[in-house]
Amino acid sequence: MSSSIPAAGVTARGWGWRHSGRKAWAVSDLDVRIEPGERVLLLGASGAGKSTLVHALAGVLGGEEEGEQRGELLIDGRRPEDSRGRVGLVMQDPDSQVILARVGDDVAFGCENLGVPREEIWTRVAESLDAVGLRVPLDHPTEQLSGGQKQRLALAGVLAMHPGLLLLDEPTANLDPDGVVEVREAVARVLDRTHATLVVIEHRVEVWRSLVDRVIILAPGGGVLADGAPDAVLGTQGASLAASGVWVPEFPPAAPIRVTAPTSERLLATEGLSVARSGSGVLQSGIDLSLAVGEALAVTGPNGAGKSTLGLTLAGLLAPAAGRVAAAPRLANGIGSHPIRWKSRELFTRIGTVFQDPEHQFLASTVRDELAIGPRALRLVQPEIDARVDELLTRLRLETLAAANPFTLSGGEKRRLSVATVLATRPRVMVLDEPTFGQDSRTWQELVALLAGLLDEGCSIVAVTHDAELVSALATTTLRFDSRTEVTA
Amino acid sequence: MSAFQPVRGISAIHRLNPIAKLAAPLLLAGALLLTIDWVSASVALALESVLFFRAGLGLRRFWLRTLPVWIAAPFAGLTILLYGRASGHSYFHWVFMNVSDGSISLAVATTLRVLAIGLPGVVLFVTVDPTDLADGLAQVVRLPARFVLGGLAALRLVGLFLDDWRSLELARRARGVADRGRLRRFASQAFALFVLSIRRATKLATAMEARGFGAPIQRTWARDSPFGWREWVLVLIGAAIAAVALTVTIVSGHWNFIAG
Repeated sequence: MSSSIPAAGVTARGWGWRHSGRKAWAVSDLDVRIEPGERVLLLGASGAGKSTLVHALAGVLGGEEEGEQRGELLIDGRRPEDSRGRVGLVMQDPDSQVILARVGDDVAFGCENLGVPREEIWTRVAESLDAVGLRVPLDHPTEQLSGGQKQRLALAGVLAMHPGLLLLDEPTANLDPDGVVEVREAVARVLDRTHATLVVIEHRVEVWRSLVDRVIILAPGGGVLADGAPDAVLGTQGASLAASGVWVPEFPPAAPIRVTAPTSERLLATEGLSVARSGSGVLQSGIDLSLAVGEALAVTGPNGAGKSTLGLTLAGLLAPAAGRVAAAPRLANGIGSHPIRWKSRELFTRIGTVFQDPEHQFLASTVRDELAIGPRALRLVQPEIDARVDELLTRLRLETLAAANPFTLSGGEKRRLSVATVLATRPRVMVLDEPTFGQDSRTWQELVALLAGLLDEGCSIVAVTHDAELVSALATTTLRFDSRTEVTA
Repeated sequence: MSAFQPVRGISAIHRLNPIAKLAAPLLLAGALLLTIDWVSASVALALESVLFFRAGLGLRRFWLRTLPVWIAAPFAGLTILLYGRASGHSYFHWVFMNVSDGSISLAVATTLRVLAIGLPGVVLFVTVDPTDLADGLAQVVRLPARFVLGGLAALRLVGLFLDDWRSLELARRARGVADRGRLRRFASQAFALFVLSIRRATKLATAMEARGFGAPIQRTWARDSPFGWREWVLVLIGAAIAAVALTVTIVSGHWNFIAG
């Protein structure tokens, strides 16, 4: 990759942005100068406007109907909308950034839009794929890539546009640990070759710390809270950053303290279980495990190994491909021992499931109604429903959001709500699929404390997770699936 | 997703421009829709059947992919047989059903017509890759790039929607609301999918915009979409089959103008 592309500088003068229909400014009174070639980690409590700033720099905030702008935000002296191709943005969700069906075409997409001549496009595509270390054929189907590979593909697509400023908006939040390393190394290699300016948002500081030379912390009320070399800024601001939800290695969230020890009273067990998605091949077989009161089973291993499938099978949502899942009489409580044969209404008082994407399980238009759905399906009387809902709203700090639409909540709030909906019917067993994905350290701490409390009360938990901290904080047993080979050419 | 996957291969047909594969059967359909009689469709079908074996599909794939047409054709015929315009001798009459000489010949003509139009359409189209089709629509037919690429990107989301649908289904069982009425559940699930798809589409649109999509710059195309003599040959084959079919029909006196 040629290093002749000049790095871009950023200037903000009294800049601010307010999304239309909102009272508060997402960002305000921002005065900052980022020199060409600097590598900046952008931090701040959730709601401090980090994403808004990065989207503004990428020129994708939209026009006047999307919001109101104040002050100036310039890239090399020009407005972001006039700097197309100078700026490249990689976002959080791997699935929503793949644009075309074949790897080569996807990387070429940005170049085409910038009017790059055809011969040069394919040179750039080859260079970019090489820079991010994605060694698959150009006609490889993009849908067969792993999460980490998809993020590297997005990076390659951006890189092919020869940007002077690289913007990364939590590019590793949805990835497993291997994916995080893959993407960070790809970014490091890219920066070594291009010397482009970097602005990265991430609430896990340690991922990027060694790669950046400057940390800027946005203040929630507007302006900049701290700005300087990483060690200096994290030294003075580390504790308050950690309190606002940023993962600072020196200030880890508190691990919960279990009060009661796990017992040997069994709730759920499997015998020679094989798991598979309906209509596809068996992912894992010969699984024999048992789950007792107060136990937390962590299922770990790489993507695609069948962890989530096992979770859904234990939860009575997928039928076993072979073998069986048996509920002990203590759990079944008078009905048959095969969870998959239970009615929906029998299942959700016994085994609750928290899905990886909370949006999949929301059914109502307000937070209050969302929580009432379970109790109502149990045909409880209204006062009892209200009592349960109110208790959960308080316990999970959702009171002020009772009338909000679940889809409008922040990531952490959505996660708390999805856990609360399950708690509303008081199941003995809870199955959680990646409960801590993308959570900031504060939400993480609250969630883990809540789960520890449930274990103490006599529930048991199955957690499908990549999160080593979660495993060490909660798990009483760990089941690790070995890797299945990743697709490479 | 296998139903959406194009059949890949190395024979000449796979490399032909999708626009030609679209144009040839359209031409044929346009001609065969002018008249409704058994001769034109039979002649077209006979000529086509020689070509089906060179379409790069293989026998098994051919039957599998064209199965819907083989099912649809007799049903279309049956409908015409029972309800088509009656004339001549009536064999069976009950309420609105009337099987007559006229409706029998119309039914035969319809069945053959559905096959003669449907089979080449399906056979040519299953080897079309959506990306190549988009390239063709934009570069050969010159449809607006925004429209074509927007559609192409949206098509990729279909696979995600299928996964979403499955998750929504499981989540409803997990939330205890899967026992109630199927229809109501379907409606609520469809609405949830609608909300999710809009959110996904919005994110995708942002990703596309961030890569310069919609910028006021003359776009280039990374892939060529050549339309040369091979493509013209395919279109001409379509035209020739149409011409032969119509000529035989007119000469043999079976011409039956559809509006007449």
